Order: sequence, then C-alpha cells, then structure tokens
Amino acid sequence: MIKSLKNLGDYFIMMKKVMSKPEKYSMFFRQLKLEIHKIGLDSVGIVIIISFFIGAVITIQQYLNIEDPLIPKYLIGLVTRDALILEFSPTMIGLILAGKIGSNISSEIGTMRVTEQIDALEIMGINSASFLVLPKIIASIISFPILIILSVSIGIIGGLFGGQSVGVLTSDFIQGLQYEFIPFYVSYSIIKTVVFAFLITSVSSYFGYHTQGGAINVGISSTKAVVYSSIFILIFNFILTDLILS
Amino acid sequence: MIVVENIYKQFGGNKVLNDVSFTFEQGKTNLIIGESGSGKTTLLKILIGLHELDSGNIIYDGRVFNQMKLKEKRQIRQEIGMLFQGGALFDYMTVEENIMFPLTMFTDQSTEEKLDRVNFCLKRVNLENKNELLPAELSGGMLKRVAIARAISMNPRYLLCDEPNSGLDPKTAILIDNLIKEITEEYNITTIVNTHDMNSVMQIGEKIAFIYEGSIWWEGNKEELINSNNMELNEFVFASELFKRLKKS
Repeated sequence: MIKSLKNLGDYFIMMKKVMSKPEKYSMFFRQLKLEIHKIGLDSVGIVIIISFFIGAVITIQQYLNIEDPLIPKYLIGLVTRDALILEFSPTMIGLILAGKIGSNISSEIGTMRVTEQIDALEIMGINSASFLVLPKIIASIISFPILIILSVSIGIIGGLFGGQSVGVLTSDFIQGLQYEFIPFYVSYSIIKTVVFAFLITSVSSYFGYHTQGGAINVGISSTKAVVYSSIFILIFNFILTDLILS
Repeated sequence: MIVVENIYKQFGGNKVLNDVSFTFEQGKTNLIIGESGSGKTTLLKILIGLHELDSGNIIYDGRVFNQMKLKEKRQIRQEIGMLFQGGALFDYMTVEENIMFPLTMFTDQSTEEKLDRVNFCLKRVNLENKNELLPAELSGGMLKRVAIARAISMNPRYLLCDEPNSGLDPKTAILIDNLIKEITEEYNITTIVNTHDMNSVMQIGEKIAFIYEGSIWWEGNKEELINSNNMELNEFVFASELFKRLKKS
C-alpha cells in the first residue's frame, strides 16, 4: 500500500516535470515527428489486420446468433458498427497498443536510464522527463484517435466480408450500418481513446524512467508498463462509460 | 575551480561520504581515486546534482551549487562537460547528431556553424570523417573520444570524467588520458577524473584525492603519491606486482 502510494507520488512528480514548456521548439517538433512515426504510422499494420478479422468475426457471430426469422438481418450491420465504435476499437485496440507501444516506450526509456543517457541529458541542463516523455504523450494523443477511426473503418469492411462469407446480404449490412446512427458514440469513442493514449504513454514512460539496474530490470519495467497500462485502461473504460453514457 | 566543503551523504543508514572537503583546481587534471564502493562515484554525482547531499557545500567558482534552484542548476550544468563510463551517447543519433545536440539545444547557431564546430571537435579527438556512424558502429576507444567531443562542444568550464578508461586496452587508455590532459591545459578548464586505473594516475595525476571509507584519506600529486607512507594508500596504489616494483625502485 505504502509502495503504491509512493509510486503514485513519483508518477505525479514526474508528470509535473513532463508538463513544462519545451526548451527548444525546433527540437520538440523534431522529436514529435519521430514519435508520431513510431507510435502512429508503425502501428497502422497491426491495427488494420486485427480490426479486419475482428470485424469479420463479430458479423459472423451475430449472424449465427440471430435465429429468429422475425429479427431483421440489417441488425447485424448495426450491432457490428456499434460494437466497433463503442467498445472494440477504443478498448481492444487500446489494450493491444498498450502491449506494443507501452513495452516499446518503457524499454526505450529504461535502456536510456541504465546506459546513463538520461543522466547525460540532465548534465547538459535539459529537463529529461519533458524532453523524452512530452513528445510521446502528444504524439499518442494525435495518433490514437486516427488509428481508432481507421480501426472502425477497417472493422466494418471486415464485417462486410465476413457477412458475405455466411450469406448476409451487402444491402442488409449497409442498411444496418446507416440505421439509427448516433454521432455522439464517435465522440465518446474518441474521448476514451485520448484518455487511453495518455495513460499508455505516461504509465509506460514512468516505469521506463524509474528503471534501476541493468537489462533484467529493463525487462521487468517493460512488463510492468504493459500490465499497469492495461489495468488502467480497463478501470478508466469503466469510469468513462459510467460518466459519459449512463 | 570547484570547491567541496564538508560533504556528508548517506543512503539509508549507510554513510557513503563523511566530511569530504577538497579543492579541484582550474587548469589541472584533478583525480579522485579509491577502491570500488569507496564513494568516489557518489561524490561525482553529488557534484553535478544527480544525488542530493545531506550537508555541506559545492561551490563552482564562487557559486554555491547545492543552494540553487533547479533552473539555476541547469544553467551551471550547461557549463559542465561530462564523460560517462559507457560514453552515454544517444544511440539513435549519429556521431554528428550527438555532438551537435547540445549546440542545437542551447545555441542559435546556423547549421553550417554547428557543423563547423562538430568537425572541429571531431578533429580535436582525431576522429575526422566519422560523422555518419552510429554509436553501435564505434569501438570502445572511439566511443569515448566521441563522448569527449560532445563534452567539449559547448566550450565547458568544467570537465567531469567517470572512469574514462574502463574497458579500454592500455594503449587506447593512454590516448584518452592524454586527450583529457591536453584539453584541460588548452582550454584552462577544471577537470575531475574519477578512476581506479593506476596507469591514469601516473599519466595525468596533477592533483589527487584518495577516498577511503567515504573520507578524503590523502591528497597530493603523483610524485608525492609514489613516496607516500600512508598505509591504506599504498595498499591500494601498489596492489599489483608492477607497481610494487615501481615503489621499490
């Protein structure tokens, strides 16, 4: 309990250092560009693959579960759309990105810590926390919503293909996609995504920044980063859903 | 000049530094020597503010470092060039980008001016035309030389070196030692070298502090060190057969 409180305190102390004005804007934007490439562009592939197949599977499962002939088939499209927007894309992709990006951030910063590169930044008179972490947070806040919109779009295409494989008419599926669309669901999804982006990058950076020792500890920090980011995503998913939708 | 006055530091209940006072002189290569775990790395980290001290003062040319706020400390740190044990080069940057980094962060020089400075620093450490190499492509000696080039890129007033020869062959180690000494004299800077390499001590030791069990046990220059009768110092310095013979001769 005391250790958890200490970690929480250290996290907020680090975040205070992170949230300060960049020392040199040209350098900050250079770092930001690099991070958008690493966090955003490099994740496009995995997001496309996962979203396509999950979209297809959601559609097939809906089709197989709707046995009553009185239930219109266009509901398959509607359920696929809402499942993707409300839960699958922001939360599931968030968890997957916590694994991919969280471990990457933590091991990168952790290695910099144990090889004294962070000390070198401090000796140069640079706020190392802000220099290393702030571009990652901003990059993820910019990239994640785009990835999630991409995920929903690809998931719907996957759903279309999945539906065709079991005999769902394309016209029914598209009718379902357009039926009673609530634009606020997209806003809700984006809000969740932004919060998850912040959590993944800040929590992972925290574990990396506070790594002590050698290679084994970098690995431990990386594992902790993924585990804690995932737990925080699930907790905040519950809190945000309760606050925004209920 | 860097003056440390009555420094105390403990981790938990373990006293690491006990009333350490010393003056690191400008234009000289000041050496901190001592066994592993004697407190010399802690002293170096305290000097640059990576560890907080429990009591005492660190004075950089009349400026009391430990009483400064973080922003003021960062100003002082911009006057310090630091050579880390492993080099601490940023591994995602090329040699050129590593040396240019402090110039980009703290000066408004044009790219041409920065490039001129990078090439000058690389020439100074005998590593011309290695601009585009990554740290992973460098040998241990080259890595240290690039780290020195980065440390001097901002014309520092103080140069701090932590175990600059660790992991190097004797010939390369002498090259690094000589480079540190030359730079110190050339730019008239205050240099502190943290080492337990006795070859370094004999090569560049102009002012030496021997730390034993967290205290400054002995101080002097390399000639005084050879003739000293301090038991703990002799046990440390003349531990090898080679140095025992040197002492006898």
